[in-house]
Formats: sequence, C-alpha cells, structure tokens
Amino acid sequence: MNAAVDNPQLQNLYRELILDHATKPRNFGRLAAATHNAEGINPLCGDRLSLYLCIDAGSRIDSISFEGSGCAISLASASLLTETVKQLCVADAQACFTAFTQRLTQGTNPEALPAAVGFDKLHALDGVREHPSRIKCATLAWHALHAALHQQPLTTTE
Amino acid sequence: MNLPQSQPIRDFSDYRSDFPGLHQTVNGQPLVYLDSAASAQQPTPVIEAVARYQREDHANVHRGVHTLSHRATELYEGARDKLCEFINANSRAEIILTSGTTESINLVAQSYCRGMLKPGDQVLITSLEHHSNIVPWQLVCEQTGAELIVAPINDRGEVELDELYELMTGRVRLLGIGHVSNALGSINPLHDIIRRAKQAGITVLVDGAQGVPHMPVDVQALGCDFYAFSGHKMFGPTGTGVLWGRESVLESMPPYQGGGDMILEVSFDKTVFNDLPYKFEAGTPNISGVVGLGAAVDYLSAIGMEAISHHETSLHDYMVQQLSTIEGMRLVGTARQQASVQSFMLNEIHPHDLGTILDHQGIAIRTGHHCAMPVMQRLGLPGTARASLGLYNNHDDIDRLIAGLEKARQVFA
Repeated sequence: MNAAVDNPQLQNLYRELILDHATKPRNFGRLAAATHNAEGINPLCGDRLSLYLCIDAGSRIDSISFEGSGCAISLASASLLTETVKQLCVADAQACFTAFTQRLTQGTNPEALPAAVGFDKLHALDGVREHPSRIKCATLAWHALHAALHQQPLTTTE
Repeated sequence: MNLPQSQPIRDFSDYRSDFPGLHQTVNGQPLVYLDSAASAQQPTPVIEAVARYQREDHANVHRGVHTLSHRATELYEGARDKLCEFINANSRAEIILTSGTTESINLVAQSYCRGMLKPGDQVLITSLEHHSNIVPWQLVCEQTGAELIVAPINDRGEVELDELYELMTGRVRLLGIGHVSNALGSINPLHDIIRRAKQAGITVLVDGAQGVPHMPVDVQALGCDFYAFSGHKMFGPTGTGVLWGRESVLESMPPYQGGGDMILEVSFDKTVFNDLPYKFEAGTPNISGVVGLGAAVDYLSAIGMEAISHHETSLHDYMVQQLSTIEGMRLVGTARQQASVQSFMLNEIHPHDLGTILDHQGIAIRTGHHCAMPVMQRLGLPGTARASLGLYNNHDDIDRLIAGLEKARQVFA
C-alpha cells in the first residue's frame, strides 16, 4: 500500500500481503483434472468463485486452483487458501476451514492444528474481523472448499 | 400543476441543518451521505411528527368513538390528503397507502393482473428495472401463463425507444416502467412512452420510487394508470408508500388482502367490501409512519420540488464533472437525461473495496448490483459504486467523495 495512506484501520484491512494476493492471485485458473470442485456465490454482492481440487488416492490434495471474480478480500482469501491447503490431507484441510471461519466469525483461536498446516499467513486477514459486512467476502472461498470436500457443487454465503 | 418554468437556484445550506442524521462523525470524519437512493435521511419535522403522534395521539384509526382514535384518524387521513395534492391526484380515493413501492407493485400484479391475464397475453418491462418491478410480474406471469417481455437499453443506459414501441403490440396488457433508474439515474421520457402505450391500449404502471423525491410529479399530466412510490426515499419513515391508481381502474379491481378496515359488512355468507381507498387497506396500517410521511410532504412542498430538482441537477452536473477528472474513472450510466444518481467504476478496484475505503473516510455510498442485476448483466459488470444525491447534499460532499476516491486509488496503486 502506498505510504501516503495514513489510516491505520485501512492499512490493517488492506495489508501488503492481501493486496499482493488480490492483484496477483496464486493458483488462478481452471484445473482440468479436478476430482472435486465447487462454486461459491455471495448473492448479496454477486461475487462468484469456483474452486478445483485434485485429491489423490491417499486423500491428499495434490493440486488446487480457483477462478472467478470478487473484491480484494475475497480474491486474496481464495489465493491464500490454495497455498495453505495444497498438499494437505483432506482432514487437515477440513480443520483449516473450521479454524479459519471460527477465527473470523467468533474471534476464537483455533485449537492446535497439525504441524503441516501453515496457518500463520492467514492472520493477514484478521483485519476483516473489524468489518462485519466484509467477513463473508473472506469466508466465501473457504465455504467453497468445505462444499467441494463434501461433494456439494454449489454453496452460498447466505 | 402550474409551476414556474425556471426559478433561481436557492441556497440549500439552511435545509442541511434540518437533518440531524447528517451531523455526526463516522470513523472519525464528518459524515458525507451519498446513499439517498437507497434510503434518505429524515428531517427533524418528520422525526418530531412521528414522536409527537406516538407520545400524544396514538390509537387505532377508523374504529373508535373516543378522542384519541379521532385524532389518529385525522392525522392519518390528513396525510392522505397531502399526498393527493402532492402528486396532483384527482381524488383522495386514488391514494392507496402501502408499505412501499414493492407492495404497491405487487398489489397491481395480484389484484389487477392475476384475474385479467390469460395465456398468450404479455407484460412489458425494460432492462432498466429494479427487481421490484421485475419479480412481481414474473410471479403473475407464472400464475396465469402470460409472458414477460423486456425492452432493451443502450450502452448509455437509456431505454431503446424504437424497440420498446415495436414491442407494444395488441398482446401487451400492461407496461411496467421506472420513472428514474435507481442503478444508472436515467430518466425515462415518460410522456412519450405513456402516450404510445395508451394509443396501443396498454395499461401503464410507473415505478416512481426514484422520481418523487427529486422532481415534481403530476400523475394526471403523465397519463399513466398506476404510479407507485416509497416514503423512505422521500425523507419519510420506512414501511410507508403509495399506490396511486386511476379511480375507474381501482374500482374494477378485487381486494388484494382481506381483513379489518377493508369491509363494510361481514357475514359467513357474504362480505361487502369497503369503498376506495379502504378496499385495499386491510388491517391496522402503519399509522405513525404515515403521519411522518405527511410531514415529509409538508417539508418538501415548503421547499418546492422544482427548486429541489434544480439544486440536484446542478449538483449532479458538478459530480459528473469532478468524477471525470479522476484517472481511471469509468462512469456507468451516461443517459442524456439523468437525475440524482451516478454509478461508476475506478480502475480495476472492486466496488466493495471502494465502499469500504470510502466508509473509512466517513463517506457513505452504495456498492453492488443495486437490486438491478439485469442492468449489471447487460453492461457486463458484477456491480458498480453508486453515489446518489438528496436535497441536503452540497459541493463539499462531492469534493470529499473525489478526495476519498483519490485515496482509494493510492491504496491500490
């Protein structure tokens, strides 16, 4: 963020890492060989993200990608999600979903996550907690992950 | 209405002090309220009228012989008289008090259309409409086997009149059309459109939610059959609104809801319905809200709708001119006739991020699809940022908006 922006709350929401992932989302695109996928829709704002996963025979997320349109918060959260759960087993990814949504909606810290989980990066989204109207932006991709892991093709934030 | 063709632009700064909601800080900054198209702030006379009614005059209307019931009835019916005069209705029997524009349109769809539409009939709307001027027609078309057809808009956000007129065939039974687009601010040329529709024998409903707060409205001069609007967009309380209907049309329609107040006599064999307008007002109404709406009409009438229209037009011109100076600005909706609303996009910044960044600076705008998803689909956008004006806005508000948008550009630089 430009140093001219002096508002601490704004800086807390739009941290460097968030803007970086929003403008250059990682793992962006469609995964042709996806074994699991789901679409997340936020009907209030029209944001729409599709999540694609390749889960191998050992229940490990071998590869993951997403595509769609959304605000900086929802794009950054989706991008960070793909980095976080790639190469995790399904159970650990599910634990990440629970931990992340609880941290944002209830402000509670997750119970100890397996050592394989790189959760700390997701703390960049903590600023969203102060913006109740934006929490659904941050959790959209995560709800799509939850739906994909449960073989539900479509989920909404409502 | 015989209004002077032009009046000098009045100094509106005095009116601003009438709105207590405007005088507060939000996120440490003085509030700039640019979301009146969603809901307008209320002036002290409206707030006080509601409070006085609640404190001193509350009872049920049309029922009691006691003093309070009489007072409540006088205030409630007094508001109807004010509304009648405000839009130049022919008679107070034509003013149906509803919960808002949405209920007004649903009333017409269900009471006027449901018994009349047959398979093969058509209801005509435009691509510019708010969801509440789309979905009630979809529902009644599903119920009756009629077809909903839609006239397109051009890239500026104007209804394509030639194509609209081509669609006005003998199959069309009703045209539902907005006065002013809530998403793009386009003013429809209603006089021409209604004249053409009437020549084709089509009943016309106008969604006036974004018209009434911003310009003089004369329903008799317009020549439509129904005109619907909301109280809370014209500086009155939420949960109030009006369906104006031509008396002969209203007379021909069956009741919309059954209950108290809409009957003359009830037995288990037969019910005799009450006269207009009460036939369409079942149950105890939103009395305090309507009292407040009456006060809003008084407030607007004292300033003059012509003067308000002039003030807002000049401010809208200034807003468009200033927005255009921002690098990366794309104005969405550039109709040649526009009122009070301007939608826009700034670079690749998502409208929600713009809304949040402006809110941090105390500036309230609306972001998203504005309950007009077909408009957004037509323009290929997920949504827009929208600044909308009320009579209380001024040049400082626009300057703060521009400075706020410059900051948003820096955040995403």
